[in-house]
Amino acid sequence: MLNRLGSEQGATSLQYGIGQGTIELREQICEVMSLSGITGASPDDVVVTVGGQQALDLLARLFLDPGDVVLAEGPTYVGALGVFQAAQAQVRHVAMDADGLVPAALEEAIRANPRAKFLYTIPTFQNPAGVTLSAARREEILDICERAGLLVIEDDPYGMLSFEGDAPLPLRARRREGVFYCSTFSKTFAPGLRVGWILAPHAVREKLVMMSEANVLCPSAFAQGAVTQYLTTMPWREQIKVYREIYRERRDALLSALEDLMPAGTTWTRPSGGLFVWATLPEGLDSKAMMPRAIAARVAYVPGTGFYADGTGRGNMRLNFSFSAPERLREGVRRLSGVMEQELATRAVFGGTGPITPQRRRGSAAGDAPGPDLA
Amino acid sequence: MELRVLVLAGGLSYERDVSLRSGRRVLDALKSTGIEAELHDADVSLLPALQADPPDAVVIALHGATGEDGSLRGVLDLCGVPYVGADARTARLAWDKPSAKARLREAGIPTPDWVALPHDRFSELGAVAVLDRIVSRLGLPLMVKPAQGGSGLGAAVVREAADLAAAMVGCFAYDSTALVEQYVAGTSLAVSIIDLGTGPSALPIVEIVPRDGVYDYAARYTAGLTTWHVPARLEPSVAARVTETALGAYQALGLRDLSRIDVIVSEDGEPHVLGCNVSPGLTETSLLPLAIQAAGVDLGAVLGALVERAVGRARRA
Ligand SMILES: Nc1ncnc2c1ncn2[C@@H]1O[C@H](COP(=O)(O)OP(=O)(O)O)[C@@H](O)[C@H]1O
Ligand SMILES: Cc1ncc(COP(=O)(O)O)c(C=O)c1O
Ligand SMILES: [Mg+2]
Repeated sequence: MLNRLGSEQGATSLQYGIGQGTIELREQICEVMSLSGITGASPDDVVVTVGGQQALDLLARLFLDPGDVVLAEGPTYVGALGVFQAAQAQVRHVAMDADGLVPAALEEAIRANPRAKFLYTIPTFQNPAGVTLSAARREEILDICERAGLLVIEDDPYGMLSFEGDAPLPLRARRREGVFYCSTFSKTFAPGLRVGWILAPHAVREKLVMMSEANVLCPSAFAQGAVTQYLTTMPWREQIKVYREIYRERRDALLSALEDLMPAGTTWTRPSGGLFVWATLPEGLDSKAMMPRAIAARVAYVPGTGFYADGTGRGNMRLNFSFSAPERLREGVRRLSGVMEQELATRAVFGGTGPITPQRRRGSAAGDAPGPDLA
Repeated sequence: MELRVLVLAGGLSYERDVSLRSGRRVLDALKSTGIEAELHDADVSLLPALQADPPDAVVIALHGATGEDGSLRGVLDLCGVPYVGADARTARLAWDKPSAKARLREAGIPTPDWVALPHDRFSELGAVAVLDRIVSRLGLPLMVKPAQGGSGLGAAVVREAADLAAAMVGCFAYDSTALVEQYVAGTSLAVSIIDLGTGPSALPIVEIVPRDGVYDYAARYTAGLTTWHVPARLEPSVAARVTETALGAYQALGLRDLSRIDVIVSEDGEPHVLGCNVSPGLTETSLLPLAIQAAGVDLGAVLGALVERAVGRARRA
């Protein structure tokens, strides 16, 4: 495929392009979005970005001034926290349950932060929690935001990775006004190409393009060409079905291993798509303090703390089921459960299982031990 | 004669990245002296590589257990490949802090008073009672650290008895045996010692000033959290005593070629040896290269000479 890209588009794919992204790719992106239920979007309103990450960065630059407040799920995507932190904004977390964002919690957060700039949400197969905002709640959340005049940034990298029928319609498919929709080809094609996009209300699209030009001149023409080739010449819809099958099998393996092997008192989410399960540890366990044991046992997880702006999350961890085959997942859970049992035993020996506060705390940038890759 | 050296770096440990940086630095330094050098990880391809094309010597730039606990050195011995630095048995002794401290004490080298206990003793005898004994015997503040480990991981200062249990829990996440020792208020120092064949000699002392008081993992590897002074800002008489003590520790532990001795000099000017590192960090900002630079010698020349020593040892053997 890349050979063909070289021979057919060699000249243009090695040149500068326009800041908004190639028209060919933007048209394809509208196709892709229509599969998720966002119909009638104009390629004119699509801005191609260097991955979903640059999409978030542009929106943060557009809307945020130092000291501004952003509302976001708690926990939320670590890369978004990084972007908001770089913009010197403050993140206020809004609680979720098994059906996603809790409307009453959002209303409360808006009351407490009437000048919040926007709601950043990953409504479908959320990273890291794995939960999905129910269809009924989508309308409620949109109504609440509309009444409050609060913009919504909908981040949707995982919507296509559904295991049980189609995901509920994106927020942007339900409301055109006030919703910025971001997505990426990282989870459905190739993260290394760094191609994502924003579907923005017409009025601000031009601003986003200007900021992107100031930022990177234009997204890589080569990468855009590769994605366009992929979408036009490869059976990508079938490929996504293959991913769904593989990931569903892996999710099932992880969930049944958790069911069989986790120590009492552990709970977790049951995602109907995406890549992640979010686990809540028995009282007193600290996912970060337990990392060295996990590394020694050669089992990987991401401590919950990285997904909160306020240092909470010690009692949680994110488990990724997409990378490993079912047997490996089961083995991983077996090891993890051993690690938790050891830690529980040690805590029991040294005075109950109550939370033990670390000796010294620094800012989150300088953790007490090296952090894993959180993407 | 043209020498070929394999530099081992990487490994599976918290210090993998540091090791890779050390390894590249060593590689450049060796090449600058005309030695042919290559980088290799400590993985399944290592033994086949050693067998297919045995190098004249190995330089170990691995940190953490693989590089320091002696086991890899034992395997190199099995392969008949000479390496720079302490032999397998010495490395094993030095890696285990309680063993190293016992050896230092036998040799009359001051080291903070300590007790080392495995997790199981606490569960059998009751943690409260044991911790109580520790505090009444050693006093406060205390330093808790894994018996085996490095980079300050799992280490904590305990100023109040009530905090000791939490420090033990943190420590036992890293190792099944904990070392609890008296905390020495003073200045942290690193004394690098090199023996190019004419006996061990100490390089200028490096003084470590962690912004937040403790030279832990974050302080070591986060820019701006630590400042260094080379040579250390010590009275000449104190500096001389520190050097002499570090050389004594080097000899007592049976070290070879190069090592870094970690010392705290208390407010009364007395040096206390905490331990040593048989595979010291060699990145641009690591302590040993700082000392080499301050001594006005070239890292490549030092490593080249140590490689020749290692090759010579193997020939004589
Ligand atoms: N007994 C002690 N008293 C005061 N500070 C100590 C003591 N032990 C260790 N430290 C501090 O902690 C650092 C790391 O301890 P060290 O024993 O060298 O562990 P590591 O092997 O992990 O480097 C030292 O450089 C010193 O700053
Ligand atoms: C919710 C969310 N948004 C955005 C991204 C960014 O993806 P990329 O920059 O690779 O397109 C990710 C990646 O993990 C994500 O989980
Ligand atoms: Mg040390």
